[in-house]
Amino acid sequence: MTRVVFLLPLVLFAVVAGYFAVPLLTGRDPGELPSALIDRPVPDMALPPLFEGAPGLGSDDLRGGVTLVNFFASWCVPCRAEHPVLTRLAQSETLHGISYKDDPARTREWLAELGDPFERIGTDTSGRAAIEWGVYGVPETYIIDRDGRIRYRHAGPVTRTVLEDEILPLLRHLREAES
Amino acid sequence: MRVLAIVGLLLLISHAAPPVHAVQPDEIFADAVLEQRARELFRGVRCLVCQNQSIDDSDAALAQDLRLLIRERLVAGESDEQIHRFLVARYGEFVLLDPPFRPGTWLLWASPVLALLAGVAIAWAALRRRRSPAEPVALSDDERARLAALAAGDEERQ
Repeated sequence: MTRVVFLLPLVLFAVVAGYFAVPLLTGRDPGELPSALIDRPVPDMALPPLFEGAPGLGSDDLRGGVTLVNFFASWCVPCRAEHPVLTRLAQSETLHGISYKDDPARTREWLAELGDPFERIGTDTSGRAAIEWGVYGVPETYIIDRDGRIRYRHAGPVTRTVLEDEILPLLRHLREAES
Repeated sequence: MRVLAIVGLLLLISHAAPPVHAVQPDEIFADAVLEQRARELFRGVRCLVCQNQSIDDSDAALAQDLRLLIRERLVAGESDEQIHRFLVARYGEFVLLDPPFRPGTWLLWASPVLALLAGVAIAWAALRRRRSPAEPVALSDDERARLAALAAGDEERQ
């Protein structure tokens, strides 16, 4: 009995150390939330375009092929950081943008400065469409399969590690399932 | 002594300060009953930006947006449960500060009771040990023989 009591602090330490070790070793941010919409159809929406005369972005545009959707804003610093990675990604993939709670004129300026990697851009000035998607901060990036279902969500900037370890393999997998 | 005075002073200041409200004056309903219901709902919804504050406490833009959205739904006549369902469908159960009771969460809900039972068990075991000191244990045959040998050795020395 007494032996067991002496082991108790060691056991407690092991449990606490385990909890710390998992996020440290896997590099996962414990504050990052899983999306409630995984494997669910994209929310209904019909967002007005950012550029006059250009098409906006609606739910129907996200069916028929594997696409990516990126929520961004000109006031969002991490969006600036992920922009080169998105630009590279857009060379081989269909990437749509949704500008989140931003002044359209500012968004246009921002894209003129950094380059526009998006196929279609919808504007969500009220942030209501983003709530439908379960967005809790920008940037967020989603992968949609050809049936228009959400398959993946990344909250925070897309780094090269995220691109190579998570996004590209899933895109490859979805393509294989398609053919 | 000085440390105590400083701590006392800090406590006084922190309690004397008026509570800060994140809820903006322009969003408050004129109907006091509906406002009360809204505030109670806000207190149960997690701000997903801060993650340990309710949207009633949080100044984050998303918390403000969610408050306005909940207010609109209240005005439209939705029940608290419908509003909870709407939020959970988009943000998952994490958005509720009180996790619902279901098979996956019973351990979480039971944990205070389990911790109390464990504490009672430990206290009971400790008290029992203290009250009844161990009975003297009879010597084994080996020990008896060694004792006899030692006693014999002592006698020889004398």
